[in-house]
Amino acid sequence: MSLALTIFRRELAGYFATPLAFVFIVVFLFATGIFTFYVGNFFSAGRADLQAFFFFHPWLYLFLIPAISMRLWAEERKSGTIELLLTLPIPLWAAVFGKFLAAWVFAGIALALTFPMWITVNYLGDPDNGVIIGSYLGSFLMAGGYLAIGSAMSAATKNQVIAFVVSVVVCFLFMLSGLPLVLEFFSGWAPQVLVDVIASFSFLSHFDSIQKGVIDIRDLIFFTSLIAFWLLVNWLLVDANRAG
Amino acid sequence: MADTLIDIQNLVKRFDDHTVVSGVTFSVEKGEVLGFLGPNGAGKSTTMKMITGFLPPTEGKIVVCGHDVREDPLDAQREIGYLPEGAPAYSDMTPIQFLKFIAEVRGLSGEQKRKAVDQAIERSQLQNVLFQPIETLSKGFKRRVGLAQALLHDPAVLIMDEPTDGLDPNQKTVVRDLISEMAQDKAIIISTHILEEVDAVCSRAIIIDKGTVVADGTPDELVQKSRYHNSVRLILASEHAEDARPKLRGIKGVEQLDETLEEEGTVRFTLVPKNGELLGDDVAKILSDQAWKVKGLFVDQGRLDDVFQSVTTPDGQADKAPASDAPRVPSSGTTSGAPAES
Repeated sequence: MSLALTIFRRELAGYFATPLAFVFIVVFLFATGIFTFYVGNFFSAGRADLQAFFFFHPWLYLFLIPAISMRLWAEERKSGTIELLLTLPIPLWAAVFGKFLAAWVFAGIALALTFPMWITVNYLGDPDNGVIIGSYLGSFLMAGGYLAIGSAMSAATKNQVIAFVVSVVVCFLFMLSGLPLVLEFFSGWAPQVLVDVIASFSFLSHFDSIQKGVIDIRDLIFFTSLIAFWLLVNWLLVDANRAG
Repeated sequence: MADTLIDIQNLVKRFDDHTVVSGVTFSVEKGEVLGFLGPNGAGKSTTMKMITGFLPPTEGKIVVCGHDVREDPLDAQREIGYLPEGAPAYSDMTPIQFLKFIAEVRGLSGEQKRKAVDQAIERSQLQNVLFQPIETLSKGFKRRVGLAQALLHDPAVLIMDEPTDGLDPNQKTVVRDLISEMAQDKAIIISTHILEEVDAVCSRAIIIDKGTVVADGTPDELVQKSRYHNSVRLILASEHAEDARPKLRGIKGVEQLDETLEEEGTVRFTLVPKNGELLGDDVAKILSDQAWKVKGLFVDQGRLDDVFQSVTTPDGQADKAPASDAPRVPSSGTTSGAPAES
């Protein structure tokens, strides 16, 4: 575990060693602001809550999270440091987990920096802060899900752009799998059980309830097992792609 | 054999249906510096990647310090310091950050960590670039950062893929001295295509071609396989050429006589001996009987280059011809492609 933390520290410092961290955080904060105030009509809704803020998170994450995760493994393979990393006495799971954790904490920092929203809504009204904390947690968990997918996709290629694009596509499918667009494609021929399973993978439906302040144990299990599954895929991909 | 630190048995690596390493067997003992030679694509790097646990072998067994690399990779990797080809390092870190990271991964902390990092810095002479991002460093410094990383935990086994590649002659000397200095209590493998390096630092050399070991011995033993080993070069004024030719050819142990016109009226005869026989006495006798103007007389030890060329396939032909068809050796056909025993 201490090795995973060593990897985690190096990787997190790596985000801040380049302008990437600052660019990302600034873009994220601007984007959340714009969506909340202009698209989400935060003020004219006249409610003391942050629904307008959280509503757009799945969409923002769709494009921003793969930008965090794309470098995780693709860069190691491109620069050849993967050979160094995998010949150091580190269990592969520790490297996979340490890198993922660094990206997740980084996303968490970006998310935490939206705290002025929370201050604003408390200043303007009297919101249910329990709901807001729950929503933040849900958003953070969902970011972890996106990141685990992105991290696995990053392990599949040495090209960061490809990693980004493929991550966006896979995340998009997961996000929308509960919507009629995807389900109708399957419902014509697939058995109902399969359609239900696909629908149950949807980020949107799981996030929807969390966002409303309902922390259902099933949603927590969904996101944690999603993360675990994609980290396993990540592990397998790194192991299988050593030579490339 | 208690001090055998690296033991490799019948190592095979296939990618799809393409065999890169086919049946390599050797061992390295404590105190040895093994030079790993071979043309590009011969399987040197692949073999090193398997020893260090980066690539899994298709077949065969690798034991490092008593740990089977396949079954027990982490324990084996703890004993190994590895400089991969091209000396990759995290380019956004500074050397000091990078070395501290490696020290932590190697399980060092506190005073031990500080000492190990300081010593690695001193050995690789990185003092002046400690706080510059690695991506801004010159090729030579990058290589030394990689070297420092490999040495950091004072490993029993050091594996270095082209450690002096990209260094200037001064830096090469520094690195070679460093390797020689550390050799005593370690088993070291270096790959190189610079043959002088083998003479300079290696106690033993293996030549590998198309995935198999084609020669294995001390640099001196390898040189003896050169067809020019103990050959005699005689430089005469060119007016004696006609006279000398039959006499030199008449010497019993001479397998082949080469003749080259040199500038300013001299001619150079090269007498290639059969099986490395000594020709000096016979040549001296002829010379004492004649009143030729001798401009020079040398006995050659032979060069590793000749051996290298005679046992390996030239670049780009690796997949076409078996080694015995190699057209590189100029001449008699007795040496071309013949492996170690000739």
